[in-house]
Amino acid sequence: MGVVFKPGVKLSSTVCKTQIMVLRVPAVELDISCGGAPMQIGDPAELGDMSGENSGTMVGKRYTDADETMEFLCTRGGDGTLAIAGYVIDIKAAKKLPSSD
Amino acid sequence: MNIHLLLQMASEAMGYREAVVCGNMRLTFEELGEAAKSVAAKLKTGEKLGYLAEGHPAFPAALFGAALAGTPFVSLNYRLSDEQLAAQIARITPAQFITDTSTKAEGLTLMSPEASIIGPAFDGEAPNEDGAIAVELFTSGTTGEPKSAVLRHSNLMAYIFGTVEFMSAEEDEAALLTVPPYHIAGIAAVLSSTYAGRRMVQLPSFTPEAWINLARKENVTNAFLVPTMLQRIVDYAGDKLDLPHMRNIAYGGGKMPRQTIEAAMALLPHVNFTNAYGLTETSATICMLSPDDHREAFTSDDPAIKRRLGSAGIPIPTIELQIRSEEGAICAAEETGLVWVRGDQVSGEYKGLGSQLDDEGWFLTKDRGFVDSGGYLFIDGRADDVIVRGGENISPGEIEDVLRSHTAIKDVAAVAVADTEWGETVGIAIVCKSEVSDAELCDLVRANLRSSRVPSVIKRMDELPYNETGKLLRRVIRDGFA
Repeated sequence: MGVVFKPGVKLSSTVCKTQIMVLRVPAVELDISCGGAPMQIGDPAELGDMSGENSGTMVGKRYTDADETMEFLCTRGGDGTLAIAGYVIDIKAAKKLPSSD
Repeated sequence: MNIHLLLQMASEAMGYREAVVCGNMRLTFEELGEAAKSVAAKLKTGEKLGYLAEGHPAFPAALFGAALAGTPFVSLNYRLSDEQLAAQIARITPAQFITDTSTKAEGLTLMSPEASIIGPAFDGEAPNEDGAIAVELFTSGTTGEPKSAVLRHSNLMAYIFGTVEFMSAEEDEAALLTVPPYHIAGIAAVLSSTYAGRRMVQLPSFTPEAWINLARKENVTNAFLVPTMLQRIVDYAGDKLDLPHMRNIAYGGGKMPRQTIEAAMALLPHVNFTNAYGLTETSATICMLSPDDHREAFTSDDPAIKRRLGSAGIPIPTIELQIRSEEGAICAAEETGLVWVRGDQVSGEYKGLGSQLDDEGWFLTKDRGFVDSGGYLFIDGRADDVIVRGGENISPGEIEDVLRSHTAIKDVAAVAVADTEWGETVGIAIVCKSEVSDAELCDLVRANLRSSRVPSVIKRMDELPYNETGKLLRRVIRDGFA
């Protein structure tokens, strides 16, 4: 089941500590999962069992799909793997800039 | 989107790190997170949060605390006259103010910086409201009436996400914060340092001696300075400046004299210098001259490369920049025109005036400049007539108004005069009806305005130049001082 999200919305994993924030998404229904289970708005009362991939997420990293049509910020790291409609999304390479302030 | 997220992430992932140091006060990111919650809990619905004080741990706590409570943070210039402040405060109320002065106005509640960061904590999540305002900062307007620039959460977050990696600071990094809280660079420094996990060392009152001593005492690695501050440090240091821990110095907020940056680079060969060009309305930095660019320009014999030491650098990856003629045509390299920029961090919006962006999202910075063949931006000066003295924007109008009040003055224009120490100082051109001494005019300005407004040059003319539609030709006057 897909949902249309807006930037700034935070989604929590139901199987690990991962929390992500939507930075940029197309205005279409998306099926976002972590560790094989759909993510939800707000932390779950109790974590379920990890059934899917568990390569982990890292706080502060940005995740994007292969075509870079969407972007998420990991606001809390966890053990699960992020995926959109079953396709794993990866860390976006960062451009290193000098500190300007 | 809400800027409070930056502090929330920092306090969760590196809460044990020291966040802010000011005098004897030291707070970790976790403690700063709690301080922000205490500020937020004091704000009633519909109240803005004003800040009218020097640098203090309450400044970052208030910036994030206002965001948590879902209300704008408005930082005011404590150097303004009582009259100017009263006018600005009247535009902000109802509000609570963090201040150590005894400012009074209707609809205004005051609290001290110390009191603001203690007490019960705000309970709840930071709101994620589309287009919510994070910060309002007054700019110096050309007409004299300051404009209130509006920066939305989405603008500031775009700036941070575009320029800073989370937790990218080493554990030993510390940034020396000397730019006042009412300056966009002061706001940007708090946001960047928090997201990077870099300790903020606050220096409320700048003197070169205090800056150097604090940099040594706190093993400071990063600093941001306006050109005037760097010049004063260089002058104070003489031929030796011992800052073994310093790694990065960024500068901006005004034109850097070439002699100053060369002297600084010679004194601190191990330090990376970055020129950061930006405006309040662009959420700080939009162009950077990198440390490598500095070194290349410093050592090059090629005049085109050497010249880049006076450049504002190239746009950051998330910013597009164009130079356009007055008529709107795109200028070729080396051709001077108006600087236009576009990007998510660009607000280009003022309270009461709305968005100044064009239909395609481009913002006119009102700076004039050109780019060289490599895309490096050179700022020629401001298209408007604001005088930038040591990073402080001075509106000619307020000086002219005071001088016009003198019975001997028939006509007057205040313009920027190039100055090695301050970048620019105030020059005035006057037309007199009767005898009046320079000293008397200077005293008049000093008595009514800040000392920074006192003219450094006074030129007497038979008449001031106007164009056919009666518009004062300030450029002609300015050229007369060159």
